[in-house]
Amino acid sequence: MAADAAEKERGKRAALSFAAVALVLGLPLWWKTTETYRASLPYAGISALGSLRFQLTVPVSVVFAKGTLPGAQQRRLPLADTREEEILLNRKPSVTSCYEMTYRSATATEQAALTMATVQEADAALLLLQEDLLGSLTVYVIPETSPLLPQGIGVYIGKHRSAVMRGTQGPGDVLAAISARVQQIVQAMSFTTDSITTALSDRVPMDQLGTDTRRPFKSSLGYEITFSLLNPDPKSHDVHWDIEAAVNSYVQPFLDKLGSVANFSVDSQILYYAVLGVSPRFDKASSSFILSALSLPHVINPVEARLGSSATSLYPVLNFLLYVPERVHSPLYIQDKDGAAVGTNAFHSPRWGGIMVYNIDHPAPDKAPLLLRVDVDMVRVMEVFLAQLRLLFGISQVPLPEEFLLESPGNNGLTDWELDRLLWTRTVENIATVSTTLTSLAQLLDKIGNIVIKDDVASEVYHAVASAQTAMLELASGHLGSAFQASKEAVTSSERAFFDPSLLHLLYFPDDQKFAIYIPLFLPMAVPILLSLVKILREAKQSKKEPMKTD
Amino acid sequence: MAGAVAAVLGLSLLLGSTGGSTGPPRDSLREELLLSPLPSGDLAATFQFRARWDSELHREGVSHYRLFPKALGQLISKFLVRELHLSLTQGFWRTRTWGQPYLQAPAGAELWVWFQDSVTDVDRAWKELSNILSGIFCASLNFIDSTNTVTPTASFKPLGLANVTDHHLLRYAVLPREVVCTENLTPWKKLLPCGSKAGLAVLLKAERLFHTSYHSQAVHIRPICRDASCLSVSWELRQTLTVVFDTFSIGQGKRDWSLFKMFSRTVTEACPLVSESKIYVDISSKTQENELLEVTPLPLSVHEASVQGDRRTYAVYDLLSPSLFNVSRSLNVQLKWKRPQDSLDLSTPVLHAQRYVSGYGLQTGEISTLIYNTHPYRAFPVILLETVPWYLRLYVHTLVITTKGKENKPSYIHYQPAQDRRRPHLLEMLIQLPANSVTKITIQFERALLKWTEYTPDPNHGFYVSPSVLSALVPSVIAMKAEDAEQSPLFTSLFPSSDGSSYFVRLYTEPLLVNLPTPDFSMPYNVICLTCTVVAVCYGSFYNLLTRTFHVEEPSRGGLAKRLANIIRKVRGVPPL
Repeated sequence: MAADAAEKERGKRAALSFAAVALVLGLPLWWKTTETYRASLPYAGISALGSLRFQLTVPVSVVFAKGTLPGAQQRRLPLADTREEEILLNRKPSVTSCYEMTYRSATATEQAALTMATVQEADAALLLLQEDLLGSLTVYVIPETSPLLPQGIGVYIGKHRSAVMRGTQGPGDVLAAISARVQQIVQAMSFTTDSITTALSDRVPMDQLGTDTRRPFKSSLGYEITFSLLNPDPKSHDVHWDIEAAVNSYVQPFLDKLGSVANFSVDSQILYYAVLGVSPRFDKASSSFILSALSLPHVINPVEARLGSSATSLYPVLNFLLYVPERVHSPLYIQDKDGAAVGTNAFHSPRWGGIMVYNIDHPAPDKAPLLLRVDVDMVRVMEVFLAQLRLLFGISQVPLPEEFLLESPGNNGLTDWELDRLLWTRTVENIATVSTTLTSLAQLLDKIGNIVIKDDVASEVYHAVASAQTAMLELASGHLGSAFQASKEAVTSSERAFFDPSLLHLLYFPDDQKFAIYIPLFLPMAVPILLSLVKILREAKQSKKEPMKTD
Repeated sequence: MAGAVAAVLGLSLLLGSTGGSTGPPRDSLREELLLSPLPSGDLAATFQFRARWDSELHREGVSHYRLFPKALGQLISKFLVRELHLSLTQGFWRTRTWGQPYLQAPAGAELWVWFQDSVTDVDRAWKELSNILSGIFCASLNFIDSTNTVTPTASFKPLGLANVTDHHLLRYAVLPREVVCTENLTPWKKLLPCGSKAGLAVLLKAERLFHTSYHSQAVHIRPICRDASCLSVSWELRQTLTVVFDTFSIGQGKRDWSLFKMFSRTVTEACPLVSESKIYVDISSKTQENELLEVTPLPLSVHEASVQGDRRTYAVYDLLSPSLFNVSRSLNVQLKWKRPQDSLDLSTPVLHAQRYVSGYGLQTGEISTLIYNTHPYRAFPVILLETVPWYLRLYVHTLVITTKGKENKPSYIHYQPAQDRRRPHLLEMLIQLPANSVTKITIQFERALLKWTEYTPDPNHGFYVSPSVLSALVPSVIAMKAEDAEQSPLFTSLFPSSDGSSYFVRLYTEPLLVNLPTPDFSMPYNVICLTCTVVAVCYGSFYNLLTRTFHVEEPSRGGLAKRLANIIRKVRGVPPL
């Protein structure tokens, strides 16, 4: 009987050690061999980015010309001051704008420049004296009676990064008196609540957005600009356009200026027999054809099938179409919502491009040749397209009071401070994009267990987080240029990580297949172990009860 | 959608000199339809659209397209392509009964590209290019990889202007499995400047084009000389489409045909952008035997040409000539045979070929190619290109070439053996074909076993072996005079003609279908189950042995017999044992 008990004990121990081996050796082995590789990711950094607390610092120097400050205040210069202002958006993201004001009096050369004959000359002369730093602004205060600005004009905003304003005469603190005006100038030249809201349009609830906010193209590393001439009636119109010269003289300088923002490529094509999707309405009163604003959304889709996407790049495409209506449908005019004809005869579609209708003067039907040769007036066309291009990039005019005088951008079609405005919003938008991309990647990883994260993907994510953080810091310290570069890098890295094909390698491995493989292996192994464990437990319970009974 | 305001931009100051600098048109377009009755009674219709652009496509910067499609132009300038030939074909051109084709293409998809010598990584450019082309033409060209790409050394010479003939810049691939359908035709039509709205392209109605015995559409891009002095380069895009209609089935047993019967459309106008738009009808048999056939409307002119070693007569309809549409608004070319033809002159073409797989079982097999030279007295050489996938292991020592019962030694052999899962076999030979002879080329192969994931979705259908390619300068029976390529009809001017005595022919044989040993695809699961059962049985008994306690059973009180006896005793009322 004793031997029997010893034997039983041995069996029990053997069963237990089987279970132990399965538990200690088998389970980790199985776990290790079937695990998907996942390098560690900076989740803390990603969620910190997700809160999007921006601080945008604009370095502003206010320069007082001779005779604008009373002596007492003159002596207090130079002077530094920081003004912070919360831009109200949602709770998250939060944007604080911070103006770092430095006040100083004009140097001798500046003084000389400010007494030049015209303000344009002064602007050009002052450019040489400034350090050309992206994002920094200079406001020159001149005496109220100075002849530099024309009558009735209080503020002049130049082509570059400076503005000239009239000071106020009179007792009291001049700095306090001009500060509201300076604030207005600086906002016009850097960023406003609206422009930041536009940049963060994905994060801000819809009701807070204006109609214009969805218009500009999303920030991207490059853009393809395609000009297309649509000639639906090649039988009666032989249309020629000198697009090459027009692009070189109008579009290219503008794009060169924007070269630091993104890469651009420009091409053009002529499409024949491409018709608009809607047939225009005939208007008897003016004996012309009318395309009403309501029907414009239906115009684009049928045309787009013919446009063709770019075969060789993945950048978004901006389409500019010049439509020469058929002879039977001309002249064709676009009507806005109120029923008035649109002056430029053009319209644009947000984040897509623009369409312009180009009417041809037809000679009297009896004299008209069968095939009419048409040379397109490219100046007229490019004026419209360039204006649309500015709108689509979000370079729009800020509403300004009457007494502000804006210098026209000249050959480039873009002033320095407009470029700065673009960079401010683009940097904010880029950082927001990075945070969205990385957050959704983190959420995906949380949800789907089969996604592999290789080391190089992980390093891209680390790089993206680091660059985005650098960009935030640079923004806070007022270095717009480096902030933008860092944000661009962050976007590149985060997109590369998110769209890496290695993420998908093991994605298709459904659970039913897993069970089909595991069940034949695990069932016969696990059942005896479990049964004997149950038996041992039951016996242990019984043996505990038994002594109680005998007592 | 607000009206754009363009007030602020002072553009008008800048340039007054735009416009006015338009010289002669830098690009031109020609279209052409060739209708040729085939010896077998079928009818071949060959469309050719040629856009010619006097421009340097490889120049950097802004690019402006007019007649040349933007998508292809961008492709050429990005990948530095020197020449590109893509064809998508459904069906097989039966050279024996249909005669020599103007432009044959192998069944499925064929792509061959010459790159510029400035391309450093040709393989990468080839891969990206085929991927983009597959997007443009909605074809599975993305399946082109190193296992079906070869670099022929002799067969594919550039057709256009080229001074580089380093064959490392050439890539060639065929996908015999590719099925061609409407989805491939639509993007092809979209490349035409007039689309399918005007000109000859109105006839391209997918419903009719795919109801044919043979359908082949192709795109050929090549640089050509701009003028006779050839100092600068122009780019040529040729879009060709060949269909073969079975006239018997269309015309209810008669061989008569008309444009409307075949395409269910008629031609009403030329595309306004073209500089030439013509329909050619082959009426050679009219002149041979007196008045066999009749074409209506009466052709305005007749063109005589020597094409592929044969003198041929074509009725020409020039769509640009105003007198054509004077009588009726639309042109419906009709051809009527005057008397029913019973004896079809099946003149066999000078060069044709045939290929088949022989052998039995699933281990070895043999590929045989028969090449016929029916020329009565001239021998000529032919270049044969064979690409065989790696899973058919060729034994080159079994290569036998026999002509008229004697061994025929090829004067040039280039063989590149396959590497498993990396590249296919490539065999190129220059073989002399004696006059009036049949040359038989056989080579044996062994079928490899594939991994179970490498099989196609329907492995029992078999695996395709791409057609072999024959390129030859065939001596012509008659003397041909060299014509100016710009003036002559398009169908004669794709392949460069050398001298008057011979003409270039490229033929493709049938694709082969080979069965490979196919496993039972539930096998992996069966293996798992079997292994698990074995493991479970071993493990179970081992486990039992170790954990069970054994003790000696007392000798039992008899077996079954005793129990039975007890039952009987109980019944009888006797005490049990």
